[in-house]
Amino acid sequence: MTETEYQHPLMKAYWAILDTHFKPVEDVFEDVMAEALAILTREGTHQYLEAARVIGKLGRGVEPMLAFLEEWPSAAKAIGEDGLPLVMAMIQRMQKSPNGKAIAPFLQTLAPVARRLQSQEAMGDYLDITLDFMQRTTGSIHGHHTTFPSPGLPDFFAQAPFLLSQLSLVGLKNWVDYGIRNYNSHPERQKDYFTVQSADSHAVLQRERHGTLFMDVERKLDLYLRGMWQDAQQLVPYSTAFDELRKPVPYYDKLGMRIPDVYDDADTISGLDRYRATLAHMVGHRRWTQAQIADNWSPFQRMAVEFFEDCRIETLLCREYPGLKRIFLALHPKPVEDACDPETTSCLRHRMVMISRALLDPDHGYQDADLLTFTQRFHDLMAQGESNTRDIASLALSYVAKTRRQSDQLAKVHFDNTVVDYRDDNRQMWKFIEESDDEEMFEKEKKRTPEEEHKGLPPRHYPEWDYKSLTYRPDWASVYEALHPKGNPADIDKLLEKHSALAKRLKRILDLLKPQDKIRIRYQEEGSELDLDVAIRSLIDFKGGANPDPRINMSHRTDGRNIAVMLLLDLSESLNEKASGSEQTILELSQEAVSLLAWAVEQLGDPFAIAGFHSNTRHDVRYLHIKGYSESWGDEAKGRLAAMQAAYSTRMGAAMRHAAHYLEARQADKKLMLILTDGQPSDIDTHDEQLLIEDTRQAVKELDRDGIFTYCISLDPKADEYVSGIFGRQYTVIDNIQRLPEKLPELFLALTK
Amino acid sequence: MTDKEQYKVNAEPYYQAQGKEVQLYEAAYRNRLPVMVKGPTGCGKSRFVEYMAWKLNKPLITVACNEDMTASDLVGRYLLEANGTRWLDGPLTVAARIGAICYLDEIVEARQDTTVVIHPLTDHRRTLPLDKKGELIHAHPDFQLVISYNPGYQSLMKDLKQSTKQRFTAFDFDYPDAALETTILAKETGLDEATAGKLVKIGQTARNLKGHGLDEGISTRLLVYAATLIKDGVDPLDACRMALVRPITDDADIRETLDHAIDATFA
Repeated sequence: MTETEYQHPLMKAYWAILDTHFKPVEDVFEDVMAEALAILTREGTHQYLEAARVIGKLGRGVEPMLAFLEEWPSAAKAIGEDGLPLVMAMIQRMQKSPNGKAIAPFLQTLAPVARRLQSQEAMGDYLDITLDFMQRTTGSIHGHHTTFPSPGLPDFFAQAPFLLSQLSLVGLKNWVDYGIRNYNSHPERQKDYFTVQSADSHAVLQRERHGTLFMDVERKLDLYLRGMWQDAQQLVPYSTAFDELRKPVPYYDKLGMRIPDVYDDADTISGLDRYRATLAHMVGHRRWTQAQIADNWSPFQRMAVEFFEDCRIETLLCREYPGLKRIFLALHPKPVEDACDPETTSCLRHRMVMISRALLDPDHGYQDADLLTFTQRFHDLMAQGESNTRDIASLALSYVAKTRRQSDQLAKVHFDNTVVDYRDDNRQMWKFIEESDDEEMFEKEKKRTPEEEHKGLPPRHYPEWDYKSLTYRPDWASVYEALHPKGNPADIDKLLEKHSALAKRLKRILDLLKPQDKIRIRYQEEGSELDLDVAIRSLIDFKGGANPDPRINMSHRTDGRNIAVMLLLDLSESLNEKASGSEQTILELSQEAVSLLAWAVEQLGDPFAIAGFHSNTRHDVRYLHIKGYSESWGDEAKGRLAAMQAAYSTRMGAAMRHAAHYLEARQADKKLMLILTDGQPSDIDTHDEQLLIEDTRQAVKELDRDGIFTYCISLDPKADEYVSGIFGRQYTVIDNIQRLPEKLPELFLALTK
Repeated sequence: MTDKEQYKVNAEPYYQAQGKEVQLYEAAYRNRLPVMVKGPTGCGKSRFVEYMAWKLNKPLITVACNEDMTASDLVGRYLLEANGTRWLDGPLTVAARIGAICYLDEIVEARQDTTVVIHPLTDHRRTLPLDKKGELIHAHPDFQLVISYNPGYQSLMKDLKQSTKQRFTAFDFDYPDAALETTILAKETGLDEATAGKLVKIGQTARNLKGHGLDEGISTRLLVYAATLIKDGVDPLDACRMALVRPITDDADIRETLDHAIDATFA
């Protein structure tokens, strides 16, 4: 300390305890002490300084000491100052291990971590996790005892506040465990994982997040929409974890309803109820909102209209289900009337949320005269019926005009307590005649290219038959398999509905085929049991002098089918063509046919899988799972079938071999592979047409050898030329493609009868 | 002779017509045409038949069909006695003799060869041959045959033969629309219309879920149960859970959705 500066004797005493010559510490000492004295007790202050002294003497430079001096007071505020020994013990452990470098990052994030944890027990658990982490990742190679510091630990400390904002302690422990288990021997990847950069780090984080995860409640929400709102929109979650700056807002478009992937409980409202509120709100818009032309309205006016319209539909929703009101009101912010100063700040949002509150909540308690007048006008309007978007819009516009203030244009906007987070962004409410130059224009939907769709499992390689040399080309074709992307399962339900008459007819045949495990055969002269009813009747006949029926026994027969079925769909580009004499593409007709078949097989209970394939040269044969054996014919599988798209070529042999390896794994007496295709095998890198035809023929032979019965359903009227060469007699050519939906299931049934 | 009076429906059963079914039934009865009543469970099929029997003041003999039922269970059989055998008329024979409406409930549950015995009674012959007894019964002029079945859940294996189906005129029943169902609940149990309307709303929620985990929606009968419980002073939330949700599903997701619908409706 310089002589000229005045220094309080007490400060001087404190400084003496620290016993340090670090210049940076000296610079901040007065400030940190001021904070420490305000928070810590006298005793605590001494311990604080003592601990700081110890840290300063560790030989780790100024950083740890500085961090400790700055962080501890506010950490102590959160977890209590008697938590200090815990922290010091941790530092000692780190100091004694090769992880001394991690001490500074640990101390630097101590305060935010403590604020998240809020108790000493939780802090203890956190320290246990980190200690465990440290011990398990600190390396020793070939007997060199703990020589290498943990690569992930410093990064982990840096991420700790973020992690704790997303995860509970249990979740954190699982996340850490996963990282250690999988990347313990790979320092670079370990770093990526613990800096939350690698993909599976994100994925595991997502899985462990606190709150109600969308994936856990998806079915409930589906049922909710369907049951209570008769709406079967697809629900598409978006991620909220990694978008800190610009929080995405729910919205809906023609592809489905977009909702966050997780909702934390909000006070009294569970995460599930928050989801329901969000969905109900969107359903309300879909039911009652008519899109308005927005070109002539300013963004402020549009905002007002949105608030009023939101309130209108929520009023209507509550009429439908009064119980929603409790949820809406609990989630809707309740701004304090004079929280915003109109002289210095733009209060537009504040005003809007206030009136929004007032429109929903009869006990809002606001005094503003305009607000009360317009609330009354709103209720009068709603009392007459459902009203409509246009009337509400004009009410909203006059409210904006009436309450307009110069300060609304100010850059400083009052945002506190003005976000109604269950409401969607209202993009469906506006029609723009001209392209606007607003920043808020929603981006045009990008066309998805197949390239970015499925990356996943490593390829599997299959040989290909070269008929010229009569040899296999080893590992020739690379098959990439993936789950087919999902679409809206309701589309398939619609298709099934369309064919309900056909389905009924099929059901009759199915029921005849359906195995009923034990079948009782009555009226047998010889059988395993006496059929008492018949026996008594015969006795009566006998006594009555009539001719008794000797068939008084019955026996049982077990009945069962054991067929595993694989349906392989050709998804090549040619499916996009219109079927001759029909408005529908071959793809659509195949969809219908496959839905019916899948439904039929489900009725029978045979194990059944559906997969599609197409290829883009031998290096890229795609094999897309649509339905697996263990899946039921439910919304998941239907969704995938609904999203079916056609592209590229037909390298059939590789796909068949891949499908066969799944079919082989099934335990079944009979294995049947159905192949639905509209043309001959071909690919753009193969100029000799015959090559892939011969290869497919070879694949059929291989499958036959493995006990798999292949059967081809060809939609190519000219197929007779080659299909018998490939499949022998196991094929059908369906000339009239329009009849495919009824032909396919019938064919299947005929094959398996 | 069997006592005809015991089969009479004495008090008026409450029945709320959904359409012209009452007049149509009367027309069918005037001409003694056999009638088939189709519809999901608990939608009022049996109640309708009971009501019509009361309205026409005719005895009603109901037979609940099952798989083990044989033709002699309908027609009659010889019984063993100490000194020989004695003939006992089956319900169908009794009805044909005394001129009652014979109601075969859930007819498809009976085996197809059993149902064939009703054929001669359902066409112009209106006779019932008792071959074991060697008697031919000419049906009483008031006799009429009514059958019911639920086409929804039964297997088509148990569907009626065309030759049986084509002997009947048919009514297709379904759950009544919301307004009507509300009236029915209110009239049947004396519950106020507002609460009844809420029950109906919950019922419809469940009916929307049919095919998505539920085989059958909440029937009007269950709604009446719930209304009865509420009328008796049971808390509506409890009554709904007990009478509407728990009976129809064990699926936790559906249960939770319906529970939420109950909370949202009765707030």
